[in-house]
Amino acid sequence: MEKFTTHTGIGVPLRRSNVDTDQIIPAVYLKRVTRTGFEDALFAAWRGDESFILNQEEYKAGSVLVAGPDFGTGSSREHAVWALKDYGFKVVLASRFADIFRGNSGKQGLVTGIVSQENIELLWKMLETEPGKEITVSLEDRTASCGELTVPFEIDDYVRWRLMEGLDDIGLTLQNEADITAFEATRDAWRPKTLPAKTDEKFVVEVARPVE
Amino acid sequence: MGTTLAEKLWADHLVRKGEDGAPDLIYIDLHMCHEVTSPQAFEGLRLAGRPVRRPDLTIATEDHNTPTLDIDKPIADLTSRTQVDTLRANAKEFGVRIHSLGDSDQGIVHVVGPQLGLTMPGMTVVCGDSHTSTHGAFGSLAFGIGTSEVEHVLATQTLPLKPFKTMAINVDGELPEGSTAKDIILAIIAKIGTGGGQGYVLEYRGEAIRKLSMEARMTICNMSIEAGARAGMIAPDETTFEYVKGRPHAPEGADWDAAVDYWRTLTTDDDAVFDTEVNLNAADLEPFVTWGTNPGQGLPLSATVPNPAEIADADEREAAVNAIRYMGLTPGQPLRDLAIDTVFLGSCTNGRIEDLRAAAEIIQGRTKAAHTRMLVVPGSARVRLQAEQEGLDKIFIEFGAEWRNAGCSMCLGMNPDQLKPEERSASTSNRNFEGRQGKGGRTHLVSPLVAAATAVRGTLSSPADLADVDVLVGAGA
Repeated sequence: MEKFTTHTGIGVPLRRSNVDTDQIIPAVYLKRVTRTGFEDALFAAWRGDESFILNQEEYKAGSVLVAGPDFGTGSSREHAVWALKDYGFKVVLASRFADIFRGNSGKQGLVTGIVSQENIELLWKMLETEPGKEITVSLEDRTASCGELTVPFEIDDYVRWRLMEGLDDIGLTLQNEADITAFEATRDAWRPKTLPAKTDEKFVVEVARPVE
Repeated sequence: MGTTLAEKLWADHLVRKGEDGAPDLIYIDLHMCHEVTSPQAFEGLRLAGRPVRRPDLTIATEDHNTPTLDIDKPIADLTSRTQVDTLRANAKEFGVRIHSLGDSDQGIVHVVGPQLGLTMPGMTVVCGDSHTSTHGAFGSLAFGIGTSEVEHVLATQTLPLKPFKTMAINVDGELPEGSTAKDIILAIIAKIGTGGGQGYVLEYRGEAIRKLSMEARMTICNMSIEAGARAGMIAPDETTFEYVKGRPHAPEGADWDAAVDYWRTLTTDDDAVFDTEVNLNAADLEPFVTWGTNPGQGLPLSATVPNPAEIADADEREAAVNAIRYMGLTPGQPLRDLAIDTVFLGSCTNGRIEDLRAAAEIIQGRTKAAHTRMLVVPGSARVRLQAEQEGLDKIFIEFGAEWRNAGCSMCLGMNPDQLKPEERSASTSNRNFEGRQGKGGRTHLVSPLVAAATAVRGTLSSPADLADVDVLVGAGA
């Protein structure tokens, strides 16, 4: 993962609350088996509308999304984060985020900063008054600056450290593999295992088509 | 001071306490996979040369985009087929148990886990699907994760997590006839909002919850995520033990006794303190339906479409204006007058055998409204087989409903089961987001009883509304 310290890019005011992950990327776009190539799917339903913010020339190249409260609710699909990243977004600012979305973002290097709704309103006004205006996001200082306005944002200390160092979570966990093995040795024998597979003998049917 | 159930489960799965602001490392007892959120995770393992640490704690099923018709033929949609084939290839390569389309144990992951007896009290259960909260009904800590976390669990059988806050949701009183677990959870979400549970594990408590069957408890925990909570749980009791006992993976003999002894300790201590408490009286609950485009926009069926001008909060007002426009509604319109094009009975929320039985009982001997289509999609192949054994399929087919094979189906419309633009549905699923069931589709979330009554009258209805229809056509009991 790339290290993140500061980023400067065009701010995009998205005046909507409860932007759920079905809006960020509709389910029909979830069928790819790769991690990239989701940029066209971002906000797919809204992008059909000419007046949608990302269809306006000044905001097209945006990389800092300033959204309403409860951004990223709904489905756990990480594709929502991939779509935002593939489009070019590096940061999302909102007053509240859904937990899973915020977790997914942290794993993928998309910064989610919690900014008070009062300051979100100020940012919206600036970005709407001067379309194409840039925002500088400093993860080091936990601030977002737009013109003469600088607002603080909150982000989890550990996530911030990991993003700034560009560290991979799995690698970090595997440094403690001995602890995992020791924990596994303490588990009760009755705890369920999926293998060997057991099934209910009532109503058995054959597989409808051969599994290759 | 005592501890809550959620805190006990956390302590029981703590591999390593996080230091200096680092998250705790939590052990995962059961990891379920499906075709949509796993391919990139397996790809990540392959690229890093890592194995699946515990294939014996992992299980995969095909559910999100499997067709519900012609399941013996190759999947027509090429991208869906690629995803399903990718899951099969990954399961084979990494030694993961898989239940493929047509297999008796195929179905929606959250229906399959409990039915196999793999979901038990006192576990940590994860899946790359937000409705994993369903398994909390057994007194487990169960929550949805993203694909990066799927890869993390496959590689390490653990997750780095920060402790959740705890919220008690006390539901006392007697649930009136015609109201169900679905109405309880829709009322809770309308009360606390779609963000009300953010950062919390919800524990549903109280007399009304205790009286619910396991399947009804699963309906409640399933929709915890719609209130923004990662997880929802209900302390295990005799109802839970009875449900688990005798299932394929349930412990037996001395193991069963040891397990039950442990499970009985899984309650919130009397002197434990929750971070937040919410109270609800079940006796006040009428059948609930949603009118808007998020699950918090719900009202009793007897209500009218709200007037945004009367909503004080500016964000909520704007959300209501947008929702009313998208849903094609008029403020003040009675919800009961809304004509429904499609009734969808199914999903991980309400696709279990009790849901099908409850709906079948309502429609039996009655006639379907001519303009309304009804789609019945069992939550798993085994639910379908059991329903057929009980003759429920015949009741649905005689009524004029379409009887399908198992899967997520129209809940999220990744397979061909979709709404057309502006088509209006009464759906027993969990999300009424814009376009969720098909581009431009309009979803009203309802209980299986309301779904069945709606299919009879053709407008949003509860079973109590069927009396006048029966007089007209001389049907019904």
